[in-house]
Amino acid sequence: MKSITKILQSNNLLSIFLTAGFPTVERTIEILTEIEEYGVDFVELGMPFSDPLADGETIQQSSVTAIRNGMTLANYFEVLKIVREKTDLPIVYMGYLNQIMQYGAETFCKKCIELDIQNLIIPDLPIEVYEKEYKSLFEKHDLLISFLITPTTPEERIRKIDEMTTGFIYVVSSSSITGKKRKITKKQQKHYEKIKAMKLSKPTMIGFGIYNKETYEFACQYANGAIIGSEFIRYVAKENAAQFLTSLKA
Amino acid sequence: MSFTTDQNGYYGNYGGAYIPEMLHQNIQQLQDNYQEIISHPSFQKEYKTLLQDYAGRPSSLYFATRLSDKYGCKIYLKREDLNHTGSHKINNALGQILVAKHMGKKRIIAETGAGQHGVATATVCALMDLECVVYMGALDVKRQSPNVARMKMLGAKVVTAHSGSQTLKDATNEAIRDWINNPEDTYYLIGSVVGPHPYPDMVAKFQSIISEELQEQLMDKEATTDPHRILACIGGGSNAAGIFYHYLDNKKVQLIAAEAAGKGIDSGESAATSILGRDGIIHGSKTLLMQTPDGQITEPYSISAGLDYPGIGPLHAHLIKEKRLDVYPITDIEALEAAMELTSLEGIIPALESAHALGILPKLESKKNEIIVISLSGRGDKDMEAYQKYFKYAKKHPHEDLEKSFLFVP
Ligand SMILES: Cc1ncc(COP(=O)(O)O)c(C=O)c1O
Repeated sequence: MKSITKILQSNNLLSIFLTAGFPTVERTIEILTEIEEYGVDFVELGMPFSDPLADGETIQQSSVTAIRNGMTLANYFEVLKIVREKTDLPIVYMGYLNQIMQYGAETFCKKCIELDIQNLIIPDLPIEVYEKEYKSLFEKHDLLISFLITPTTPEERIRKIDEMTTGFIYVVSSSSITGKKRKITKKQQKHYEKIKAMKLSKPTMIGFGIYNKETYEFACQYANGAIIGSEFIRYVAKENAAQFLTSLKA
Repeated sequence: MSFTTDQNGYYGNYGGAYIPEMLHQNIQQLQDNYQEIISHPSFQKEYKTLLQDYAGRPSSLYFATRLSDKYGCKIYLKREDLNHTGSHKINNALGQILVAKHMGKKRIIAETGAGQHGVATATVCALMDLECVVYMGALDVKRQSPNVARMKMLGAKVVTAHSGSQTLKDATNEAIRDWINNPEDTYYLIGSVVGPHPYPDMVAKFQSIISEELQEQLMDKEATTDPHRILACIGGGSNAAGIFYHYLDNKKVQLIAAEAAGKGIDSGESAATSILGRDGIIHGSKTLLMQTPDGQITEPYSISAGLDYPGIGPLHAHLIKEKRLDVYPITDIEALEAAMELTSLEGIIPALESAHALGILPKLESKKNEIIVISLSGRGDKDMEAYQKYFKYAKKHPHEDLEKSFLFVP
């Protein structure tokens, strides 16, 4: 077991998001088993949801495919069981709140710990609801949680989120849903600089719209690392994910 | 029992704001300011003037003589179909556009199912000279095409949503994503009592003009403010919230809602949320929701685009839980028959949505001499294609048991 907290103390971290069950369940297992060889430090494994509000077309489509492939939360944990026989790759759970509610939050936490998931990202769980309904439960199970901050989050709230975060802070690169490929802008640089200058107490990872070596490396200057999601999924769909990962570290 | 929201936007267990952080600033700004904005005397004055002179309010309360004779009770129709743009949706659109203007927003986005909210939004945007983008599911673009043409003529951009079941749920997803992408200048003008706090409460307040008028009108006609029962259809639940609003705490008045049973509750093709739903989260709100055991939101079905939604507003979820609201599932066929009945008895062609509320009438027991008010939420112009199809079918198969035949595919 590798401690994600420890990993998050380093820099130039590369994290990959993929949708569990996309393009097939077998392929998800293969990718998770092999991905560390390509310099990936940890993975966010997405539980597909029918109505992912924060996600663009690429992740939406991968979710449709994954659900069609029979991906349920129970199967998600089955996949992890198989993966855990082969690798201790750090895996972060990413999924919308409704599924955790339906599965039962307590059972969900136990399953996560059993399968060495140490950190959660739940994009539609705001800190206010977390504090009231989930904080004590997650803490009881030693589950870390990551919250998002965006270019429109005011400083005061960033401080509050820093306080509430137990994993890493997910710095959303621009005001948008996932999957938008954009050139690096002055505005974005300012946003990164502002966050860096705030000297937050928790590690930071930049995500959304990171899609090549240039945007990855640029983000790494301002945070502990960066997360690549939609672009990785596009390469998985094209069957050349390995080549893409290699290009990032070339 | 209280039927208003607490400060975090909960009706009992339901409601709240389960939103991605990207929406936080916009939602927070609304939460912090909406009460003050809409209760300000100058806002109220402008709003009430628009309701009267622009929308044509008060909407009439019509005593439906022949319908009453048929059912042996006193049936009144609250004629929201007579409003400008043809439904209750204008009440909310006018209110929210004033809020948007107050907040200095330049671009308005909306979702629409039947197209009535889209038309209302496009209308108020034309009136206020604001940019307007309306999201509409691909299936609804097809089946409510007259409203698409109206929105376009009014200057709105209509964006087709191709995901999921290509209906209201998917249009709402796309509108929310648009808002995430455009956090600065854009106002999301939601069309029903759904979504994150404060929308359910704000929309209910704007629609409450319906029951405010009803109390007065009924006093005039029946020397009482209270009918025995009030009937309304529920998509998200805004016309129902509006006509129930001033009666929520008045237990003498029975509140009854119609939800869309589609081809039957057990057919796998329905939108009967109160029967088929469980607690869950949709569009930022905890409410009753049709979903798989695993928590994937189910794709609903109804002949009526405005009722074709897998959730209901959190207020209604709470009313159902507290047994303050009775819900009748009404099938496509029952709604079509009710629409034909109203047309032939009263010369009023209702919207398919409103026809579901009318569909409750034959199912009510012991209603002799009661006063029943029905929310006639909209007019049927947009639904002529569906009505004509049904006409043709019913002529060819006069003796079929339509409910069971499944031969009629709307
Ligand atoms: C005429 C009419 N009635 C009812 C509805 C359902 O919406 P709500 O439940 O919010 O009143 C619609 C929605 O499109 C409508 O157009």
